[in-house]
Amino acid sequence: MGWFESGWGLSLVVFLPMVGAFAVLAIPKAKEEAQKQTAFLFALASFLLSVVVAFQFDYGALGDGSRYQLGTDLQWISAISSRYHIGIDGISLPLLVLSTFVTLLSVIYTWNHFPDPHNPKAFLALILVLATGMAGTFVALDLILFFVFFEVVLLPMYFMIGIWGDRNEVTLPVLRRTTEMRLYAAIKFFLFTLFGSAFMLLGFLALFFRSDMGLVGGTPGAHTFDIELLTEMGGMGVFAGGAAFWIFAALFLGFAVKVPMFPFHTWLPDAHTAAPTVGSVLLAAILLKLGTYAFVRISLPILPEEAESWAPAIAILAVIGIIYASLACLAQTDMKRLIAFSSVGHMGFVMLGIATLTDIGINAAIIGMVAHGVITGMLFFLAGSMSHRYHTREMARLGGNQKLMPIMGGILGFTAMASLGLPGLAGFWGEFMALLASFNPLEGLSLSLFRTLMILGAVGTVLTAGYMLWMLQKVNFGEPSAEWEGHDLHDVDRWEMAAWAPMLVAILGIGVFPRIVFGATNEAVIDVVDGIRAAIGV
Amino acid sequence: MTHLLASADRLLLAAEEAGHGAEEFADGGILASGAWLIPVVPMVVAFLIVFFGKRSPYKGWAMATGTMAFVALYGVVLFISNLNQGITYEGAVHLADIGTQSLGEHVGDIFAIEWGWMVDGLSIMMYFVVGVVGLLVFIYAKGYMEGDVRHTWFFASFTLFAGGMLVLVSAPNLIQLIVGWELVGVASYLLIGHYWEEHENSSAAIKAFLVNKVADTGLFIGAIIVGTSVGSFRFTDIMEAIAAGGGDTPLARFAFWAGLAIFIGAMGKSAQFPLHVWLPDAMAGPTPVSALMHAATMVTAGVYLIGRMFPFYMVEGFADEVRGIIIVIGALTLFLTGLLALVQDDIKRVLAYSTLSQLGYMVTAMGAGAYTAGLFHLFTHAFFKALLFLGAGAVIHAVHSNNMSDMGGLRKYMPYTFWTFVIGSWALAGIPVLAGFWSKDEILAGVQFAGSSESGFSIAQGGAGLANLVLVVAIAGAFVTAFYMTRAVWLTFFGTYKGHGTPHEAPRVMTYPLVGLAAGSALAGFLNVPGVTEFFTEGVGARFFEGFGGLEHHVTSIDWALAGLGSAAAIAGVAVGYTIWGPDRETQQARDTFSIPVLYPLLRHKYYIDDFYMDGVVRPVRGPLARAVNWFNDHVIDLVVNGAGWLAAVVARAVYFFDQRGIDGAIHASASVTGGGGGLLRLLQTGKVQQYAILLFAGTVILVAGFVSFAIF
Repeated sequence: MGWFESGWGLSLVVFLPMVGAFAVLAIPKAKEEAQKQTAFLFALASFLLSVVVAFQFDYGALGDGSRYQLGTDLQWISAISSRYHIGIDGISLPLLVLSTFVTLLSVIYTWNHFPDPHNPKAFLALILVLATGMAGTFVALDLILFFVFFEVVLLPMYFMIGIWGDRNEVTLPVLRRTTEMRLYAAIKFFLFTLFGSAFMLLGFLALFFRSDMGLVGGTPGAHTFDIELLTEMGGMGVFAGGAAFWIFAALFLGFAVKVPMFPFHTWLPDAHTAAPTVGSVLLAAILLKLGTYAFVRISLPILPEEAESWAPAIAILAVIGIIYASLACLAQTDMKRLIAFSSVGHMGFVMLGIATLTDIGINAAIIGMVAHGVITGMLFFLAGSMSHRYHTREMARLGGNQKLMPIMGGILGFTAMASLGLPGLAGFWGEFMALLASFNPLEGLSLSLFRTLMILGAVGTVLTAGYMLWMLQKVNFGEPSAEWEGHDLHDVDRWEMAAWAPMLVAILGIGVFPRIVFGATNEAVIDVVDGIRAAIGV
Repeated sequence: MTHLLASADRLLLAAEEAGHGAEEFADGGILASGAWLIPVVPMVVAFLIVFFGKRSPYKGWAMATGTMAFVALYGVVLFISNLNQGITYEGAVHLADIGTQSLGEHVGDIFAIEWGWMVDGLSIMMYFVVGVVGLLVFIYAKGYMEGDVRHTWFFASFTLFAGGMLVLVSAPNLIQLIVGWELVGVASYLLIGHYWEEHENSSAAIKAFLVNKVADTGLFIGAIIVGTSVGSFRFTDIMEAIAAGGGDTPLARFAFWAGLAIFIGAMGKSAQFPLHVWLPDAMAGPTPVSALMHAATMVTAGVYLIGRMFPFYMVEGFADEVRGIIIVIGALTLFLTGLLALVQDDIKRVLAYSTLSQLGYMVTAMGAGAYTAGLFHLFTHAFFKALLFLGAGAVIHAVHSNNMSDMGGLRKYMPYTFWTFVIGSWALAGIPVLAGFWSKDEILAGVQFAGSSESGFSIAQGGAGLANLVLVVAIAGAFVTAFYMTRAVWLTFFGTYKGHGTPHEAPRVMTYPLVGLAAGSALAGFLNVPGVTEFFTEGVGARFFEGFGGLEHHVTSIDWALAGLGSAAAIAGVAVGYTIWGPDRETQQARDTFSIPVLYPLLRHKYYIDDFYMDGVVRPVRGPLARAVNWFNDHVIDLVVNGAGWLAAVVARAVYFFDQRGIDGAIHASASVTGGGGGLLRLLQTGKVQQYAILLFAGTVILVAGFVSFAIF
């Protein structure tokens, strides 16, 4: 399997879905089954290959040379010395597998859940393009390559929301304009992200121009976009100084919009609420992780000194996000919008973990990302399937769901418990360990600040439990309203079961055996943190 | 990658270092090393019942009860062998290691996630209680839950409830304890809300979960502080750090706050004032749930936790200054909630408030340093409280009402229930020589000792004066206990029947467990008669803390004066109760309640604590505060966002106008031209999404190209 390890394996994982997208487009419009089968096969192949990658990955290899494995480094755009450099380490591996996993399940789920205006061909092709963008972002080790994948994700999601999204009218507060939800949400999502991306790209360019290959054994004066080399230079303090602050700020804007962190989060509730079910699932499960992942992969290692000085601000915003989102959740009447807001809170815990700049905190962040991916992804599946049946997402009308659809209700209860951080299920570790890490952040960070944030974060867990339980009470419990009498409300169908069962197993599995994630991440995280510690001298 | 490690000797090491022999301990052999089955089997079976229960014999009941029979048997065997020779064993399986350097000042230490099982006096006692009491309750539940709408689901949750508690008590580290702690919480949520068709019931379930969650933040924070300061979450490591003494170690520095935080956690599960409000409402669940919750599986967790961390609260220089707070909270709970039991009409609520009051005794004892007494009361209480709830359940089953005003005269119809209930209520009241008498007397003795000069209970820790005051409260509490139990017995079983139909004695599957528990309630006290039989002291108590030197105090002989005082209070309570409710039985309804001004309204409104939580905290947060945040989100942050879009559109239009009219006025704009720049709202107005998307994408490409070319040159 030499060919597989030399970059082909990863490249196949990334680009097979893209090939699949073209294959789907080549199939005549009428042959819907063939389109679905093709999409399924490509998604399955990508997922299985990513599993092979996980088995090929050497979990104890750190220390002998590069952190990154199974990758390759080829000439790409020589004019700007941008290279096709890919590879994975313990941090990206779980996220890569998560992205192919969720993509596959999304394809299965869509089988008979195509939102209006139907058109499976286009919809499936978009999912597959999205898959390439997501997987690519997690393997890219060149800033330009990273940027391209990062942006590739944008367009399919834009179309998904804009075409298959919610057609209800909304009136914008204050401005009093009325428009279709899907259009407003799609454009808001697109422009918001693009706004961040522009700054991110500026940051990348600044890094490029301040890099010097001479320091790492190359031509003196030459520049590079290579993340690995930039990390090495960052460790030497090449980027330290006044400009670094602005570079970090630019990167921060780009990533924080994607996470999203308070106060850059307002695209998220709209995008999630308006998106078709699969769109929301992919958005929550994977797209948000691109931002947090970028912090760990790019901001922290390349700009360690700035990471330290920005850490308090990031931590404060993260905790504001936790409390703020939980309170906003309490005010929601729309189930999907509630779940969307809850993402902001959960990603707050992830960012809090990252901001501690410790092994435990960053490990917490990664398991938090994976857990949020499966849990919130699952919640969006449920919200989608329920609104598909009831034709409403208003929680006040859904009461008694447990009686009408016992299995659906049971799964909703289980997933809600996972979301509020029940130990034994996936959500607990990220939340608890983020708090644990906040008690003792990296030396030099303000102890009193981080410990205060720990307590506030713990208060956030109470609010989280509150809105989740009240949501369950409104949706699941009580007697069903009379308006559903005579409606054909069938319980979970087999396509849904096929898509959900693996998610539920993952939620339980990661909760009981967190080693599934930590086994991969720990070594790589220690390497990142060691790099930061060495650079700032603690 | 799992490896087993048996490190029973680690705790012993601490004992040996302090100059005490450890030869009296055994590692328990295969009995202890196989004890992992105790928590694992119920957890697995709970899952199996969900999936296969409906098709199994008795629709899940047999699987559940078989599991509890296994736990009970294992518990009994362990309990007996522990009485013969103290067992201490700790097994662990490594689940994950995280980090190398972040844990406190122990650079090089690893945050290890371990799953393990503890087999020592304390946990064995809990295995025994959960197993034996649990088994009897499960058997009883067969009759009680016959024909329930969600029969199978009930037994799955019920097994999870017991399993979660076993995970908790078997935990050799704080993390696993938290896991079990929360599992118990979620199982209680499911069971309290079992009849979720009624809004009231699901609200009670949420209340229980949320109040516990508030307290859990304390446990989380306390555990984080302790674990980080010690560099390990394992109890053996924590105890070692404590045995090493106070001073300027990280643990000692934060000990007060950590101790307080952990105690707040214990206050939630063990329903201590003012976090007790969830327990009376938890009555919404089926009666077997109440029996198990009040006796074995949930409310005991807090007392257990204090027991597990006992040296932390006792050794000077650590959290010893929290002791005063513990005693005060315990005393407040035991007295204030006891009074509330006096004004309840719902028989289960009477029992619920009595549980609160008894938990107050246990917590007081722990705070006073009377480890053995506190846990012994937990032990005896499990029998009589399960008995009383199951008896109440049998009554409710017969009369189809929870209210004592619908009962009366039942002793003629339900002789088994009546006699067992009376035994239970006397045991609870502390009538000699039933179980409650012994354990309550030991608590009184423990508090008395704390108030004596030889105890060394310093002012910083609370002081002898406080202990003596609490002793008075505790004796008064004994009077109140006997008083309200006499009332409950009288209103339920004497006088004339006021309900509908003819009540019948419960089926044998329900009465047999009552008889078993009655035997326990009568006899359990003899396990620990000071100076005579000290099985409990030996097996569960003091010797595990010898390493800390004189840490725990237990009475070695009966103090006849104190015992007489306690019994007198109890008997007086029965007597006064009888004089009020005994005669004139036919019109007793009118005298069900006290109409003492001020006091009566105060008690009826539960001291207004629930009202304060609802109107002062929950409603403002859920209502105005949440709405304000949401409004801020939509009207302030989004105003900036939408405003930016609007501004861009305006600017674009201006530029376009200038471009068309100013520069190239000859060329007129055609209606289909969509303009460059593109503002948010302008785009919204037409809705040609794809067209705009392409434009935007083109814009991005241009942007990228611009940067790239900028980079090249």
